[in-house]
Amino acid sequence: MGVGIEVRNLNAWYGANHTLQDINLHIPANQATALIGPSGCGKSTFVRCLNRMHETNPIAKVTGSVRIGEIDIYSDASPVEIRRRIGMVFQRPNPFPTMSIYDNVASGLRLNGFRNRRVLDEVVERSLIHAALWDEVKGDLKKKSGASLSGGQQQRLCIARALAVDPEVLLMDEPASALDPVSTSKIEDLIFQLKAQYTIVIVTHNMQQAARVAERTGFFLNGKLVEFDSTHKIFTNPGDKRTEDYITGRFG
Amino acid sequence: MPNEYRVSTANRMRRMATNHLASGLAVLSTILVVAPLVAIFGYLLFKGASSLNLAFFTKTPAPEGATGGGMANAIVGSGILLAVASAIGVPVGIAAGIFLAEFGRGGKLANLVRFTADVLNGVPSIVMGIAMYALIVARQKHYSALAGGVALGIMMIPTITRTSEEMLLMVPHAIREAALGLGVPNWRSVLSITLRTASPGVITGCMLAFARIAGETAPLLFTALGSQFWSVDVNQPIAALPLQIYVYAASPYEDQIRQAWAGALVLIVLIVGAVSLVRYVTTRGVLKGAS
Repeated sequence: MGVGIEVRNLNAWYGANHTLQDINLHIPANQATALIGPSGCGKSTFVRCLNRMHETNPIAKVTGSVRIGEIDIYSDASPVEIRRRIGMVFQRPNPFPTMSIYDNVASGLRLNGFRNRRVLDEVVERSLIHAALWDEVKGDLKKKSGASLSGGQQQRLCIARALAVDPEVLLMDEPASALDPVSTSKIEDLIFQLKAQYTIVIVTHNMQQAARVAERTGFFLNGKLVEFDSTHKIFTNPGDKRTEDYITGRFG
Repeated sequence: MPNEYRVSTANRMRRMATNHLASGLAVLSTILVVAPLVAIFGYLLFKGASSLNLAFFTKTPAPEGATGGGMANAIVGSGILLAVASAIGVPVGIAAGIFLAEFGRGGKLANLVRFTADVLNGVPSIVMGIAMYALIVARQKHYSALAGGVALGIMMIPTITRTSEEMLLMVPHAIREAALGLGVPNWRSVLSITLRTASPGVITGCMLAFARIAGETAPLLFTALGSQFWSVDVNQPIAALPLQIYVYAASPYEDQIRQAWAGALVLIVLIVGAVSLVRYVTTRGVLKGAS
């Protein structure tokens, strides 16, 4: 089951650049939450702070607290444990090029020392079914490289890989921006199904996409969270002028 | 098609001529590069193949002045020296490459290591031999295969370090992020994902270093020394193909000069064989569509 995320006074920097300023919000469990805003507004930095990927950059710094379920990810656990509980799907599909489809999906478990072949088989099958890729690849699991799939398939493979370690939250950083419309709609269908089991946070530049998949939407601008409300409210009756300007296409 | 997009006949002729000229130059350069290799190999076959017989591969060198005998001990000796060298050069070289690319990035220590590797690469091989003579042979008070292997192994390190570093740096950042995002510890990600993704290039680096030292003579003169007898003991002087070729090529005896040619041929064939074998073994498991 997914868990809720409670963000309090989150600030983040890249060097001297204050990329996130005093972010406070509650992301509800088992819903999709979309984050929108112009390029450079801090939304990607924000999701990277939710699984401590932000700090893999040596010049990055974070303050504030993020609670995922019961744990404060910055004080109660190591980054490695956190990332196991919070899966991430990146903008560009990034399967491991030397690995087969099967090995890609199994990689999260295997690289953490898990070896039971029977259980791995089950996890790989279940994850690929969840990612709506099973029917397309089941005959080539160990024969084909993950890199040989099409872009849309690769992205679903990356989703399957993230699901295989059984996370509670799935972060998606513009997961469909490098994909064609057909693959994009597949990913969106998938988000709908995955909500039942995971809490989903999706960064997107595509406002229709946010409106289609998310219950709640946050609008970021210049490192600040301008508005966070139900998606319906944000797109029909935004409370802030800047949100309205952005969603009506007056800037950004 | 509108007229202004058309290319005039004169222009088209000029473009085709330029195209042919450029292709021609490329082919010519390729021939110039490959020709010496083919010439050397052909000449070695011509001079050496006739002296190859079963005895060459099974017998030790004949006593001074006598004909017959072979280089069996030198072939085995070279194998032992290269095994010792690889056991030192490959792990140290790859580990240093990993340090430079993954952990030391931009740090002072990394710059020092990189600089040292570049200097080491420029050290003449004879100097490496003398250094190992002073450090190992002079202390142990005897020549040994071990000292020769160490000298060759150290010579392998800089090539392997620098190619490993370059190859690791070419692995896309997205791949590393994918691993970290799965909750894989950094060290594990480096070994199982980054190094594995870079492995074809890293292996090529190792093979280049191996091929380079396999023909080295100078570092062995004061270390492995060479030997006329059977030996597989790393604490004893040992024969090596390049040493044997060096000695026989300067010999006054016709038979030994012919054997030197044969030795050179065998050395090249063994190097090419070893490199091809490693390539074959390491690419066998590559999947369909892997880049």
